[in-house]
Amino acid sequence: MVTIQNLHKKFGKNQVLSGVDLNISEGGIFAILGPNGSGKTTLIKSVLGMVIPNKGDITVLGENIKKNSEYRHKIDYLPQIANFPSNLKVRELIKMIKDLRKPTDEDQRLIELFRLEPFLDKKLGNLSGGTKQKVNLVLTFMFNSPLIILDEPTTGLDPISLIRLKDLIKAEKAKGKTILITSHIMSFVEEISDEIVFILEGKIYFKGPISELKTKTNQPDFEHAIASILTDNHA
Amino acid sequence: MLKILKYSFFDLMRSRWSYVYFAFYLLLGVVLLFLNNDLSKAVITLMNVIIVLVPLIGTIFGVMYYYNSQEFTELLLAQPIKRSSIFLGQYLGVALSLSMSLILGLGIPFVFYGLFESSAIWDFSLLLITGTFLTLIFTALAFNIALSNENKIKGFGYAILLWLFLAVIYDGLFLMTLIMFEDYPLDKLSLIGTMLNPIDLSRTLILLKLDISALLGYTGAVFKQFFGTSFGLVVSFFMLTVWVILPVLRIVFKAKKKDF
Repeated sequence: MVTIQNLHKKFGKNQVLSGVDLNISEGGIFAILGPNGSGKTTLIKSVLGMVIPNKGDITVLGENIKKNSEYRHKIDYLPQIANFPSNLKVRELIKMIKDLRKPTDEDQRLIELFRLEPFLDKKLGNLSGGTKQKVNLVLTFMFNSPLIILDEPTTGLDPISLIRLKDLIKAEKAKGKTILITSHIMSFVEEISDEIVFILEGKIYFKGPISELKTKTNQPDFEHAIASILTDNHA
Repeated sequence: MLKILKYSFFDLMRSRWSYVYFAFYLLLGVVLLFLNNDLSKAVITLMNVIIVLVPLIGTIFGVMYYYNSQEFTELLLAQPIKRSSIFLGQYLGVALSLSMSLILGLGIPFVFYGLFESSAIWDFSLLLITGTFLTLIFTALAFNIALSNENKIKGFGYAILLWLFLAVIYDGLFLMTLIMFEDYPLDKLSLIGTMLNPIDLSRTLILLKLDISALLGYTGAVFKQFFGTSFGLVVSFFMLTVWVILPVLRIVFKAKKKDF
């Protein structure tokens, strides 16, 4: 599905990714974890072509992404911070994104799911953080693409919306889609993901199911397993 | 690209500033034409305003629009759209909406004045064409500056400096050079110097078309010989086109390499 080979990225003097090799197979939920500033978002943005790597190759569904924009038809992306043009109404934004990508009817169902009807005619600049995140989720899930990338999807969501989001992600997985998630909420990751990818200092430190991580670190639960990696490596 | 252009254009058309800009030109046109009976004087006054104001507004609007729409740009970058389409679409959206404010704002009073029967139609068209060129050039330069500077304050600073340099300082330096080397033949040098600054080029082009080159003395005669002919006109428009194309190419080039 996604193949990353020897990926390097530097921002000025700051080496963020130094030789990432990663192979994401088709179907399932993969959580990308790592401490703050470890390069999770940079990795995701490289896959999306928003960050141009210094070195390395990325293939998405068999297509090399260099100098290519068509492959993004197969990706739904949820950005980390939902910053939308503030003078647009929610309805207009949804219409515009549909116009730019392709027509879809999925948005109606999602708007109902997240109870967004009362906000449709409000300007995006006047919405609360959580509501913006819901709009963000609608925009992401309405296209039914085979690869879904979610950068901190839980930010600002209330408990009910969080449950709805989990159900939504599980439903997408049942359709055979590949889903990449970054999150700092360990309980969310543990509940939902099939495999985790742990990034440390710009490299893949661990990739595999959570049970394997627990045995590797000799820790009974997931949160402590992650914490032990961080204390061992950062002392 | 056309879709991005459409959204940027309508986004700007809804903004208050486009109307202010349009209303300003409308007022200027009405005042100059209907309160002043000398058409050629009106055109000269308009020229003086356009030459200074159009580049300034183009630069500021360009930089402002780029920084204000950064979020929108990031949203677009994750969509299956080419980077060059995103940035060219936005650039054209800004440049065209500004040009439209200029053309409509000045055009409407002129139409009511009875422009189509007047002999000044060519002078006036030249004014609008150079105004449009200046908008295209300075918006493109502004986008270049904004693309190269993450820091908004720096971006604004450089943009204003660029405008100040081309609109004021360049002329000063140019004049000083001419005075320092007055013992040498300077016609070629001054011709080239004029070509290298789009503001000077537009000003000279309009002045000579208005047939007031006698005011310019000997240099004016040389200029008249060059710019007054159709060859000079073609070369001038060619230079203005180059001034549009080069910054636009750099927008495309820079946008392809930038990280978001």
